[in-house]
Amino acid sequence: MPHPLPEGPDERYAAYLAEGRICIQQCGDCQRHVFYPRLFCPHCHGSSLTWREVSGKGTVYATTVIRQRPDKGGPYNLCLVDMEEGVRFPGRVEGPAPEDVKIGMAVAARIKQEDGNPLVVFDPS
Amino acid sequence: MSFRGKVAAVGVGLAGIGEAPGLSHLDLTAMAAKQALDEAGLSFSDVDGLFAANLQNIFAPLNVGEYLGIRPKLSEGTQIGGSSPVAHLIWAALALDAGLIDTALICYGSTQRSVAGKLLSPSTSEPLIYEMPYGPRYPISSYALSTSRHMYEYGTTREQLADVAVAARQWAALNPDAFMRGPLTRDEVIDARMICDPFTVRDCCLVTDGAGAVVLTRSDRARDCNREPVYLLGAAMAHWHRQISQLPDLTQTCASETGPRAFEMAGLKPAEIDVLELYDAFSINPIMFLEDLGFCAKGEGGPFVENGGIAPGGRLPVNTNGGGLSCVHPGMYGIFTVIEAIQQLRGDCGDRQVADAKTAISHGNGGHFSSQVTAIWGVQETL
Repeated sequence: MPHPLPEGPDERYAAYLAEGRICIQQCGDCQRHVFYPRLFCPHCHGSSLTWREVSGKGTVYATTVIRQRPDKGGPYNLCLVDMEEGVRFPGRVEGPAPEDVKIGMAVAARIKQEDGNPLVVFDPS
Repeated sequence: MSFRGKVAAVGVGLAGIGEAPGLSHLDLTAMAAKQALDEAGLSFSDVDGLFAANLQNIFAPLNVGEYLGIRPKLSEGTQIGGSSPVAHLIWAALALDAGLIDTALICYGSTQRSVAGKLLSPSTSEPLIYEMPYGPRYPISSYALSTSRHMYEYGTTREQLADVAVAARQWAALNPDAFMRGPLTRDEVIDARMICDPFTVRDCCLVTDGAGAVVLTRSDRARDCNREPVYLLGAAMAHWHRQISQLPDLTQTCASETGPRAFEMAGLKPAEIDVLELYDAFSINPIMFLEDLGFCAKGEGGPFVENGGIAPGGRLPVNTNGGGLSCVHPGMYGIFTVIEAIQQLRGDCGDRQVADAKTAISHGNGGHFSSQVTAIWGVQETL
């Protein structure tokens, strides 16, 4: 019997999202949180990563507006959100006009269906 | 390990700068390579080390070697984005110093302007699955995110960013090879079409064709070549991330690591550098690199470049060819930071020549502020 393969971390993340849960990994060795999902901790290189659900609370770390013509869907926000657990998510704040999304803004994560897949987006909180 | 002064550039070539309809990227690469070898008084048959990476061939050394009729003993095709040709300097220096090769040809070519849409696009050939669902516009949106943070933390202004583009244009006006040479004002930069906040189209590098080549050899052999050698005094590379969402502090790149390492090898300090060629994919880049490389403190890059700080006649000559913003940017700009540095130290630069330039820096950037490579050059008396 060859060595069993571990569960794919990308698939596990997607499966949690499909269940309506936003989960990230935590390293059992250095206790730091990890995102995106991996098999080894990028901080201490330990291999005891376990999954936990995030609080969903975060703060906008950086933000921009991608400009496009109205007939192509108009401008939209692209941002990076620092989550309470210490990981950073790429994302989009929905609700405010894209240029009104500001660094330091408190946001909350939400799962929405987009293009047939669950996706984490953010709302002002 | 130091290769300070062990190798020297003995020839450079440029081809198809701007638009080169009807020619392939390999045609342009060959033209640049021929020019570089001719300058050195060497021929294709002398090349035994080939260094090539581009956006149109996955196995670039194979395509370039085959086209040129070169059968290298050693080739190297590190592809870490636009900084790659600067990184190739390191491997070329090591291979030359070790005696594995005698003549290194580093070359790059692209027809990004003429074949728009037919490039190997890093953003579509390699899905970055956690960022891409949000519709980033690579690479500009990653640099825009970084800029938002730099403005937030340090008060860097829209006007300071514009002044980087204006300075580049003023240098380009002095360079007959530059693609965009017309006058450009701060207001014109700010009022141009917004692409990705805070960047307008004038904060973004050009999309051009173009090729460049550099020939290096060991310093003892370099003295027999046609042109005066320009010596590689130090070089260092680093990368910390691929995707901008994985860079811990968006206001600091790993140029903060490559700068000190390259300066240590060169035995020089930032204040001793006469000419700077800093990869300017976007107007934020020179601001970031002036800080990270130690030419000013973190957060002071904006005031440093403001009101002509890096323009002709300013406090420090930066991107003297007009840079990626106004001279040439065919997908990957790194080789042009090398060529301009060498030309400045040979005194070849005509109206844009920096007087008495004895030391220069070529700084390459790749990906989304991802890879950074710093090379420091000097003339004979700096050895």
